[in-house]
Amino acid sequence: MNLEALAACLSSASCAVTQVSTALIVGMLLFLVTSGLSLIFGVLGIVNFAHGAFYMLGAYLAFTAYALSGSFLLAMAAGALGVAVFGVLFERLIMSRVYGRDILMQLLVCYAMILILDDGVKLLYGGEYRMMGMPDAFALPPVEIAGGFVPGYYLFMVGVALAAGLALWLGINRTRLGKIIRALAINPQMVGALGINTTLLYAGVFGLGSLLAGMAGALAAPIRTLTPGMGVSILIESFIVTVIGGMGSIAGAFIAALLIGFTRAFGAIGFPLFVDGMMFAIMALVLIVKPSGLLGREAA
Amino acid sequence: MGTKRTGARAVSRRQVLGGLAAGAAITGFPHIAGAQAKAIRVGMPTILSGRVAILGTSGRAAVQLAFRQINEAGGIGGRTLELVDRDSKGRPDEAAKVTRDLINNDGCEIIIDGEASSGAFAVHEVIRDLPVLCLHTCSETSSLSADPKLHVKTAFRCARQGIHDAVAGGTYAARIAKEKGLKRWMTCSPDYAYGRDNTAEFLEFAKIFEPSVEVVDQVWPKLFAPDYTESITKILQVKPQAIYSALWGGDLVAFIEQSNLYRLFANIGFFSGGLGDPPVLTAIKQLPPGLNTAYRYNRNYPAKPANAAFADGFAGIAKHEPTNWAWQCYTACLFIAEALKRTNGSTEGARLAAELKGMKLAAPFAVDDAITMRDTDHTIIGYPVAWGRTVPKAPYVEDFSGVDWAKIVELETQWKKGKGYA
Repeated sequence: MNLEALAACLSSASCAVTQVSTALIVGMLLFLVTSGLSLIFGVLGIVNFAHGAFYMLGAYLAFTAYALSGSFLLAMAAGALGVAVFGVLFERLIMSRVYGRDILMQLLVCYAMILILDDGVKLLYGGEYRMMGMPDAFALPPVEIAGGFVPGYYLFMVGVALAAGLALWLGINRTRLGKIIRALAINPQMVGALGINTTLLYAGVFGLGSLLAGMAGALAAPIRTLTPGMGVSILIESFIVTVIGGMGSIAGAFIAALLIGFTRAFGAIGFPLFVDGMMFAIMALVLIVKPSGLLGREAA
Repeated sequence: MGTKRTGARAVSRRQVLGGLAAGAAITGFPHIAGAQAKAIRVGMPTILSGRVAILGTSGRAAVQLAFRQINEAGGIGGRTLELVDRDSKGRPDEAAKVTRDLINNDGCEIIIDGEASSGAFAVHEVIRDLPVLCLHTCSETSSLSADPKLHVKTAFRCARQGIHDAVAGGTYAARIAKEKGLKRWMTCSPDYAYGRDNTAEFLEFAKIFEPSVEVVDQVWPKLFAPDYTESITKILQVKPQAIYSALWGGDLVAFIEQSNLYRLFANIGFFSGGLGDPPVLTAIKQLPPGLNTAYRYNRNYPAKPANAAFADGFAGIAKHEPTNWAWQCYTACLFIAEALKRTNGSTEGARLAAELKGMKLAAPFAVDDAITMRDTDHTIIGYPVAWGRTVPKAPYVEDFSGVDWAKIVELETQWKKGKGYA
């Protein structure tokens, strides 16, 4: 524990700015992944354990598109939309067959998909790490804010994640389609009875959740090494965020992702040997005090 | 039922006779079978899948290249060398199992151990039980050959080792620290045994050679961590003058790319034990100039035509530049071939081991005239332990600065005494 260093950092504008930006960088990427996971769980009641593999798929699709076209915009689109299409196919052809079945069956299906995707990536790209590289447009010196430094690409990444989160929140809470999706989460039989195609809606929601994972993977591709199995670590953190924020709550995922981001950013200064432990301690505390998560619905 | 039983009895009798004949051939005349075989089978347990698969795939390609060259030159008294590789997936228990299988079931008479340290210790113990000749080609953990309690008569190390690198790295870092006045140091190394041991050894010798070196902070990101932002921003807050890192492979690539976003290396000296591997250097899209790295492999160092020829031959097979593990495996093959020539093709472990002890080999990678397999502790000396500085384009590392091997051996001897190894 080095609380003196933590206090000194908090009282220094440059340190505070740098660490807050770190928290946002860590938190927002995590939020993108987790919001997709939460959306799928909230509406379909499915825990998509293959979500981390979708993040990996998004990164590799972006890597491929960037290598072929040199356009980062195309790479982003390929990562996000490619995984969305894959998600729809996965939901229609496989997951829909295990709706209402034992959770172990769903877990098995998702685990099989993780293995297939990991081996597929290994076959196509090899087992070694790959690096996409930073697009020229972002290869700039970091921006100075109050003496702290924030890389331009991270500002872009945080901006995209915030915009995606805001669009998702508005879409769910302020549109007619969002109202139908919320109704679908509560009473799918009633939605179906009103003549709405629930099958299409389920596939659409699964695709949207997958799109968010793919987008996160594409955003991570320029700064993280790509390896088969890279989705595992982010999946574990995503589950921590989901448990803290509340299963199925997008707003909860946002708050919890920020909480994890701040814990990691300032923990590196104040308690560097207990950062991971602190994340799990927060999760345990939430489970004890409010088992449904910060913004999760209480079980009936 | 009766017909079935009769048929079964007839087949059973044939099976018994056939089995007896086969059993006699296998167990009764193993030496004759081996002597009549055209090829000498060499087994290679190694890691061919997972995040560090390049260790095994590049080592295997180097062995394939060496065996092809040896066989094209007439083999060993007319017998060819044949490689039998097995994937241990990086698991020590699997490494031990496949090594036993290679010797007992696949007819391998020599083992090239391509395992990382944890697996290498497991293979080492198998060789204690099944004493064929074994050359460890990837483990850099010093105790494998330095600790006399672990000594195995037919096991040798043909790989760099931690203590040699620590002396060389400490010497180099101390010189640069003195020249540039680098006193405030930080470290950023992976949080597991190798990362912590390697960092401690580097700092120990850096402080011996330059006492003004002060470690102001240390960060320990997790092994295979995808994101280093919090470590990087912590470094920015501490403002050291120099950083030492034991990160390697894809982790090091991610760390450097993410550090570039903060222009971390503009004012901070960076010293790395793992950056010098060509696949790492080429994976970094924006390699900053002036980073200090230990030699892992470079086609221009040592500057010998045979080294460049090896790099070309290897690239023809692997489609990328050689790795540290590649030159070590290739050298191991040269040692094996020379030992086999001296025993007139006998693959008996004890005879080959006797020839290998103290053997001097004019390998393409020898710093001076030869790489020597030291007889006292069965490990190589005279290999490149230089440090150099990065440049953004090929050859990626230049200005290699070597350390006198006499000095390394002298400090290694003191270190062994301190550890109770000598």
